[in-house]
Amino acid sequence: MVKNVIVAEKLTRVFNGLTAVDRVSFVVRAGEIFGFLGPNGAGKTTTIKMLTTVLKPTSGRASVFGYDVVKEDSMVRQVIGVVPQEYTADEDLTGYENVMLCASLYGIPREVAKRRAAQLLDLVNLSRFKDKPVEFYSGGMRRRLELACGLINRPKVLFLDEPTLGLDVQTRTTIWEYIRKLRREYGITIFMTTHYLEEADALCDRIAIIDRGRILVIGRPGDLKKNLGGDIIVLSVDTRADVSRIIKRVKNVKEVIRQNETYRIKASLGRLTAPRIIEVLRKHGVSVTKLSLSEPTLNDVYLEFTGRSIRDAEKSPDDVHRQLVTIRRART
Amino acid sequence: MRGFGFYRLHGTWTLTKRELKKWFNNPIVLLVTIVQPIVWMVLFGKAMNLGAMLSNLPPDLGQQIMRSTFGTSDYFSYMAIGMISFTIMFTSMFGGMSIVWDRRLGFLDKVLSTPVSRATVVIAKGLNAAVRSLFQAFVILGVAAMLGLSFSSTFSPLNLLPIILAICLLSMGLSTIFVAMAVRATRFETPMALVNLVNLPFMFASNVFVPFSMMPSWLQTIARVNPISYFTDAIRQLTVFEMDVSTLVLDFVFLGAFTLVIFALGAFLAVRYLSR
Repeated sequence: MVKNVIVAEKLTRVFNGLTAVDRVSFVVRAGEIFGFLGPNGAGKTTTIKMLTTVLKPTSGRASVFGYDVVKEDSMVRQVIGVVPQEYTADEDLTGYENVMLCASLYGIPREVAKRRAAQLLDLVNLSRFKDKPVEFYSGGMRRRLELACGLINRPKVLFLDEPTLGLDVQTRTTIWEYIRKLRREYGITIFMTTHYLEEADALCDRIAIIDRGRILVIGRPGDLKKNLGGDIIVLSVDTRADVSRIIKRVKNVKEVIRQNETYRIKASLGRLTAPRIIEVLRKHGVSVTKLSLSEPTLNDVYLEFTGRSIRDAEKSPDDVHRQLVTIRRART
Repeated sequence: MRGFGFYRLHGTWTLTKRELKKWFNNPIVLLVTIVQPIVWMVLFGKAMNLGAMLSNLPPDLGQQIMRSTFGTSDYFSYMAIGMISFTIMFTSMFGGMSIVWDRRLGFLDKVLSTPVSRATVVIAKGLNAAVRSLFQAFVILGVAAMLGLSFSSTFSPLNLLPIILAICLLSMGLSTIFVAMAVRATRFETPMALVNLVNLPFMFASNVFVPFSMMPSWLQTIARVNPISYFTDAIRQLTVFEMDVSTLVLDFVFLGAFTLVIFALGAFLAVRYLSR
């Protein structure tokens, strides 16, 4: 049994002088759900395409299940399942026909394929609709159908690119359930990408935060949050003067970032520290007009490493188009 | 463990079938592919009747001139076969271009992550174009026969075999070179503009509408190296002309060489791009 299912070493891809993925190294262990978290255009999809042998790395190397993605690409293709970001199922064909089409791309004998198709459609609860053309499917149903197609060759590793892009909150939660079920029932290793923080938090055993083609940090979501070193206090005051120095002197305060009258404070034991800050400020004749206290979220982790919110990242036009198509279809 | 050899060409039929299914499942598209060449044939062949110019002459003389310039007893018979070339060119080029959609919709990348080889993806496009072209060519031939196409005395049903061969050669070649051009394009407009740029000059600088003898000499020079001329002449030799075997052989040699070159070039470029 292979312990490190995916190994990437300084994996790099350059497109016309632009480095989309920049010396990325990581390891995905057997049976885990590993997530790439980052904004659009961060290099997530390019990484997936290299690992699934669709694109060749410019430099560096990667292996999947021990097979090199360049030298042994045909072996890699046999042990992986891929669920791309786009809805690739043929609208004119039925759900069942689509799964059978995927099966024949893998050269699976017809009788075996029939049995597996029935099983997989049952797994994703599409048996009732299997003979309906896909154009009548909802976004969630389409995504489930893509999952079924990605599993037809009994893959050892499943690649999911933005598995819930454009889906509503409820459907998203259902898809998460299916992904967990896959891992439980098939013991499959899953590599996924997402730009939804909640998704990475809810689903992934370990995540890598990626921005501008580089991995900034890798770890368990819980550890990453803990390592941030405490809670976040955000407060506004009634003066334009800079009071950061005053706040900094309060016990347990670790860091203060000022934005006009608003201060973002990192502190341990936030529940005790917040009242102390208010008290100290009042002594200096400054009153607090607004205050919020939160335990760190993945968004805070993200902010810490990239210095900007995940929503602000720039996107490439081609990516935008693909995503719009996916989102539009998800809503039909 | 199944070796790589097993996977070399598997999936060819699956991919071809997928596209043919899309074509047959869509009644409007199917209808258009049947009706369009018929409309063209009727418009060009019957309305633009070059033979009518000879109608003031005594019938015998008119016939003689018709035979010596066009090689057929009427312009419609000449033209209808030209229509086959016209239709096949369009169908094959657009057939190759459809890879832009596969790419945009993510289907192409999905196929590339399965054990299906890159060459298979390209060949399946060519096969699909060939099947559609054959279908359309026979629709045209059938309708033309009903509308009064006069087959020559050398025509026999056995001639259909080399006709099928010629159509497969041309449409596989053309669609493959267009796959190679289209696979780099991210939007549909680019290869579309290319088809329009290439198509009409190829058509008019050939014997599709008029024989070489009616062209100005500069155009003749171009038309005589245009592979479409050789394809059209081959089909005419096999249907409406009194067959001249040596001309037919020459037609096939030229057509075969040309299509082999563009097929090889197209497949090479497309596969190289898909393995980037």
